[in-house]
Amino acid sequence: MEELAALGQGFAVALTPGNVVLMFIGIILGVLIGVLPGLGGANGVAILLPLTFTMNPTSAIILLSCIYWGALFGGAITSILFNIPGEPWSVATTFDGYPMAQQGRAAEALTAAFTASFFGALVAVLVITFLAPVLAKFALKFGPAEFFAVQLLTFASFVGLSKEPPAKVLASMMLGFSLAAVGMDTVTGHLRMTFGQTELLKGFSFLVAVIGLFGIGEILQTMEDGLAFKGKSARITLGVVLKTWGELLRYWRTFIRSAIVGCWMGITPGGATPASFMSYGLARRASKNAKNFGKGELEGVIAPETANNAAGTAALLPMLTLGIPGSPTAAVLLGGLLIWGLQPGPMLFVEQKDFVWGLIASMYLGNIVGLIVVLTTVPWWAAILRIPFTIIGPVIIVICAIGAYTVNNSMFDVWTMVVFGLLGYLFKKLKYPLAPLVLALVLGDMAEASFRQAMLLSQGSVSIFWSNGLVGTIAGLALLMLLWPLWGMAKDMARRRETLAGG
Amino acid sequence: MSDDTAGTDREAAGSGSKNGDTQTLGTRWPELLLALGLMGVAVVVLVDARRLGTGWDEFDGPRSGYFPFYVASLLLASSGWIALKQLLSWRRHNPAFASRPQLGSVWAMAWPMAVYVALIQPLGIYVASFLLIAYFMRRHGKYRVPALTAVALGVPLFFFLVFERYFLVALPKGPIEALLGF
Repeated sequence: MEELAALGQGFAVALTPGNVVLMFIGIILGVLIGVLPGLGGANGVAILLPLTFTMNPTSAIILLSCIYWGALFGGAITSILFNIPGEPWSVATTFDGYPMAQQGRAAEALTAAFTASFFGALVAVLVITFLAPVLAKFALKFGPAEFFAVQLLTFASFVGLSKEPPAKVLASMMLGFSLAAVGMDTVTGHLRMTFGQTELLKGFSFLVAVIGLFGIGEILQTMEDGLAFKGKSARITLGVVLKTWGELLRYWRTFIRSAIVGCWMGITPGGATPASFMSYGLARRASKNAKNFGKGELEGVIAPETANNAAGTAALLPMLTLGIPGSPTAAVLLGGLLIWGLQPGPMLFVEQKDFVWGLIASMYLGNIVGLIVVLTTVPWWAAILRIPFTIIGPVIIVICAIGAYTVNNSMFDVWTMVVFGLLGYLFKKLKYPLAPLVLALVLGDMAEASFRQAMLLSQGSVSIFWSNGLVGTIAGLALLMLLWPLWGMAKDMARRRETLAGG
Repeated sequence: MSDDTAGTDREAAGSGSKNGDTQTLGTRWPELLLALGLMGVAVVVLVDARRLGTGWDEFDGPRSGYFPFYVASLLLASSGWIALKQLLSWRRHNPAFASRPQLGSVWAMAWPMAVYVALIQPLGIYVASFLLIAYFMRRHGKYRVPALTAVALGVPLFFFLVFERYFLVALPKGPIEALLGF
């Protein structure tokens, strides 16, 4: 019950008038970011982060995390009305959401999507509330070796769980680590890979990388599809909301199943996108109307939306407790913590109680605010989406350039953003995943520091990574994840041989 | 491997294909060039890691080049593997990268963006933004001058008020702002 008292304290922090206003601003900006092409949760937060440098950390994280919830809600609007997923995790929502809109059931689909998003987030916040303190307490016992093992597990999971070819996951990740190493080495003070360029002393800012990779890269990719898009309009009335809510009760199993899938995928670095697809697939398999999926089935909207919001929210659990973000946006928020002078990880729960519980309380409130905001303002967002890309496109480039510039007040960063933008476009076209690159760039220095501390403790012997049961288990799991693709390959080969022999 | 499944229907879509389909660029060259580029990055990091020392130091433990050395080795191995696989399946496998008109659209956005960033330094970000938005609306949206001016002036003005006035963040400014006394 300790948690409930702390949570009460958190509500007291989050419910100050200033913070409630920030919540509304955050949600509205977030939905805007979620509906506009080229601006998503990760780079939206990255662009606005420099503006929060002077705020107090609690208000800043409330603002930025609400932008994140808003973006998670907003993704559904473009998917359903325009058949354009504003975010990769909304792709599965288009499968049934857009057909529903075409049949004139847009309001129903949107209500279902928002409610599902809200439910998924709520379950994930409950999980965070009760699991995070336990996990943090447990993680207090961690030494450098354990931390490195956990980080290794995070990165190994990417290799093991990604849909992309393992070699490309690894290449993307190692590029991130290489870029993270540029600049001053904090342990020895040596300059690494700066080649006499003063701009490189500080190293590459992950904020600039995120703005380029996700923002500019996305804009370039949107250009491919041409400049026009047309969509359905929608107005949500209270009657439709209540009627849809009545219908939704029937799908309680889908809600719970998808929320569990989402929370699991969010905590492990699987992320929101695979969670939404997996949950959609599971719902189709379990449903009696499986044939209707893809033609406008309500359940097909509920399943991915519940899962992606649950995953997006649950991604903050490992970020807060272990300092390891479960998604690119969580990674940007983690970078924010570092900039505000907070050390993410278990000590946060001991030293920064107000911050942590204020944030968790704001997750409850922010999602309630979010649900109200999106239900009441849908026509407005639909109108924004009708602004032609010939206006939106250059404006977003301007926003990205300003965002990149304000990180360090340097033109070099704006050029870096352009290069990352081209790289992001190439990566997306050639199916290299972007998330490992961003995470490696954010965590690179931390991972290296814990690795070197562990090495110092053991006088250079790698055996420290199996010196006790805890670290051994984590390192073992990491190795298992790394080797997982090999197992898949072996299975494929065996199957191929079998079909050859049998057929 | 999992990436081999997508492209079977677009076989021989590449630049040198027999049926003369020059409308589509295959992934073959971009894939190889990106992998080679990544290998190049890996080599740069490796060379620098060697300079810094990749071994053990009495006081500091692992030297500065230790971690980058392993990171770059893995980068070299993984991108080398991608390049090798690309070369081995050079003829068999060439799914579409993008069609010519698509690439044209991407280029239509990419070069104004580069010019825009180049203009920020001499002209200031507000004037450059005006030019970018105005050009794009005129060239690709066929907007008339009033609408175009309203948006292209309004957006930079909005950002000016938000950043310079409200948040007190100074963005790059040029001669025109100087004339106006900012």
